[in-house]
Amino acid sequence: MIGREMTAMTEKLVIIGNGMAPGRMLEHLLEAAPGRYEITIFNAEPRVNYDRIMLSPVLSGEKSFEEIVIHGDGWYIANGIMLYKGHRIVAIDREAKTVTSDHGVKEPYDKLVIATGSVPFIIPVSGNDLPGVLTYRDLDDVNAMLLAAQSRQKAVVIGGGLLGLEAAAGLKDRGMEVTVLHVMPTLMERQLDPAAGYLLQRAVEARGIKVVTKANTKQIAGNGRVEGVELDDGTIIPATLVVMAVGIRPNATLAKDAGLTVNRGIVTDDQMRTLDPDIFALGECVEVGGHVYGLVAPLYQMARVAAAALAETGEERFAHVDTPTKLKVTGIDLYSVGDFADGDDREEIVLRDASAGVYKRVVLKDDRIIGTVLFGETADGAWFADLQKKQTDISEMRDTLIFGQAFQGGASADPLAAVAALADDAEICGCNGVCKGKIISTITSKGLTSLNDVRAHTKASASCGTCTGLVEKLMQLSLGASYNPTAIQPMCACTELGHDEVRRLIKAKQLKTIPAVMQELEWKTSCGCAKCRPALNYYLVADWPDEYADDYQSRFVNERVHANIQKDGTYSVVPRMWGGVTSSKELRAIADVVDKFAIPTVKVTGGQRIDMLGIRKEDLPAVWADLGQAGFVSGHAYAKGLRTVKTCVGSDWCRFGTQDSTGLGIRIEKFMWGSWTPAKVKMAVSGCPRNCAEATCKDVGVICVDSGFEIHFAGAAGLDIKGTEVLGLVKTEDEALEVIVALTQMYREQARYLERIYKWAKRIGYDEVRRQVLDDVERRKAFYDRFVHSQKFAQVDPWSERVSGKDKHEFQPMAALSFQQAAE
Amino acid sequence: MNWHEIGIIEDIPARGARCVTTPQGRIGVFRTAENEIYAIEDHCPHRGGPLSQGIVHGASVTCPLHNWVFSLETGKALGADEGAVKTIPVRVIDGCILLGLESTLMAAE
Repeated sequence: MIGREMTAMTEKLVIIGNGMAPGRMLEHLLEAAPGRYEITIFNAEPRVNYDRIMLSPVLSGEKSFEEIVIHGDGWYIANGIMLYKGHRIVAIDREAKTVTSDHGVKEPYDKLVIATGSVPFIIPVSGNDLPGVLTYRDLDDVNAMLLAAQSRQKAVVIGGGLLGLEAAAGLKDRGMEVTVLHVMPTLMERQLDPAAGYLLQRAVEARGIKVVTKANTKQIAGNGRVEGVELDDGTIIPATLVVMAVGIRPNATLAKDAGLTVNRGIVTDDQMRTLDPDIFALGECVEVGGHVYGLVAPLYQMARVAAAALAETGEERFAHVDTPTKLKVTGIDLYSVGDFADGDDREEIVLRDASAGVYKRVVLKDDRIIGTVLFGETADGAWFADLQKKQTDISEMRDTLIFGQAFQGGASADPLAAVAALADDAEICGCNGVCKGKIISTITSKGLTSLNDVRAHTKASASCGTCTGLVEKLMQLSLGASYNPTAIQPMCACTELGHDEVRRLIKAKQLKTIPAVMQELEWKTSCGCAKCRPALNYYLVADWPDEYADDYQSRFVNERVHANIQKDGTYSVVPRMWGGVTSSKELRAIADVVDKFAIPTVKVTGGQRIDMLGIRKEDLPAVWADLGQAGFVSGHAYAKGLRTVKTCVGSDWCRFGTQDSTGLGIRIEKFMWGSWTPAKVKMAVSGCPRNCAEATCKDVGVICVDSGFEIHFAGAAGLDIKGTEVLGLVKTEDEALEVIVALTQMYREQARYLERIYKWAKRIGYDEVRRQVLDDVERRKAFYDRFVHSQKFAQVDPWSERVSGKDKHEFQPMAALSFQQAAE
Repeated sequence: MNWHEIGIIEDIPARGARCVTTPQGRIGVFRTAENEIYAIEDHCPHRGGPLSQGIVHGASVTCPLHNWVFSLETGKALGADEGAVKTIPVRVIDGCILLGLESTLMAAE
């Protein structure tokens, strides 16, 4: 009853389109007037709202689709919004106040928002409908391009604007041979002056992309599917993929059919209202104040204005502002804003540094900035844009203006001081229109301490992300030393990148050797250091098990020599004793080796193994030969890999034992030995909750109970002491093995080098681990299969390899010099 | 100064090292990624670690025991640590490596 009454009082709001603008409008509306409307969305795309400006990083492989989702399914449910995915609205009936979808759903509205976005412009030439000709607009286009890129063949991108260049860079990163055709003499001529356009062309070409300017497409050639592009001058450029990125036009057909005023776009007033007072429009389909917009900042401004009008909370009005342009191609820094055409009433200041590839130009009119173009060095972009927005008289600082903010009024060149010097209303995040004061006050009032929190609360740096550095500096300013930007802790002094970025880029860019990683990720040293080389070697071993050849010289000495170096330069040797079980034959063989090589110390380890200490390096192969005779393989007691699986005697002997813990321990150890992991992995299996194998302080532990196997993880008993977390209970030994293997593989793929399981799991969240390896059965199976695959290449006993002569040089001096005998 | 032939470049892996034993102690002989050859005392001044078993990067090596880093050119500890190892003169002639030592030594065997 109550529900019905509520419904009767609530107005119905219907939104056509589910892009970034209506998504943002809903956020504002739900905040300002929660429960005011019953909301229904029709999305022609079969998915949720995602960050369309981040499609380029998805194309290049730097991000996944999941990472660019703005509102997941849960958000719609939590806010009681009905979302029709894959429904295109075909008609608006303004009389009856209904909309109808192509699947026949008819929905009444009290208020309607049209956000149909734009459609890519298709150049009218023959062959433009051949299979293999794509546009660049949504995720379907990106997926189609990724599919085409698998062929590693030739691609032509028509259009040298923002979108075309990002598409070209992405396809190039995916291994295609790419040519960009641009009809004008220089690239991005609407945002850049010719000089910067030329520098951009050089930078694009330096990435191995061909650029043809003044290129007029005559036709797209092909028989049944695209084979090439023919230009006006008769040149034919072969291609299996053609991407048209020559521009967009507002998608206003639906509005026009409904009788609304449409010029270039759907005409609205400055409150985003069409001529029908119950119908609003926003986004790329709109024409407001004579302008149509394609960049996200003005679209978000429309969202704010429309939300205020719908919530009837305030008198927000849309006003035109010049929006800066930034190119999202890794390694090319470009910034432009405003007007920079030449003119008699204008002056300009230009700075060029050819060797550094820097070009800066500021256009002035009456001592005020009206346009800025920066190439190669864009840090001062926000400062110039701020001066322009405020119409600051720059005559006082004219001589040093072009050098940037750091050179003004005695401010130091310290980047933190430069950010501190910015005015409170200086815009930091162009996409979301967030100024410095808003960020600082939110950090302080809400007690925010992480970048993600700041993004969640202010939206600053949450869209294209290019202002992330500025936002972090503001956090440093507000929080002082307590702010620790762990997200950007570099791996070592050789790079600015952190472990996570490096791991991600290794996969995304398909980097398969250490030199390739260092080249592509712009390492600052010629061949790394003792910190990054072992880490990179591990990442490559883990990510490309069947393709990457282990780099012996990037391994720490223990993993080269397959023994543990001791303080006096001798080594210790631990043979594998599966599950800690041994026999008289094995013990006898160990005793013989100890005698034969006069090994000074024999000790039982904490992991139920026997350690022989004080062996000379030269003797190692002979020691292993004898141990190998008795059936021993390496215990990997030196490895960032699986060390030991400790067990109790379980149901075989113990009167309390519930399961065969010894058998399971041996099974796990035989299955997983030889695998390399980010840091050492120690396991244990206890046969009952009395836990004699001490499984609850291990990286992975199992406690057997009557009903099955309780799997534990993320314990520690070393530098830190920490009891394990329970991962979950499984019924069978097979399941237990699958879960443990999947957990280990997830750790192998996601952790940072030298990060133990307990630190990694705490960092990413215990629930996340449970979700991936316990709840999601398909994912668990995929982890398991990848581990099994990599074991094919990892389960080789390093001792027997070296007994048969591998790396012989490692164990012998190069030469032995002695005093010359008098006789000679 | 006496020059002693100890082997050829290919005996040492690139970005790696071998050691040479002498009555005065062990010498580490290093080959960089650029095929430059350096020789230093194989004994870290900190706790005596065998430098020839460390990871070689650029013209430097990281001690396997406690991660001190030494310049192969000067023998000096790099970074925050202070200390140095002796450097030994090296000549490479037609791919053969010769060490320059004060005393007269000969190859064993």
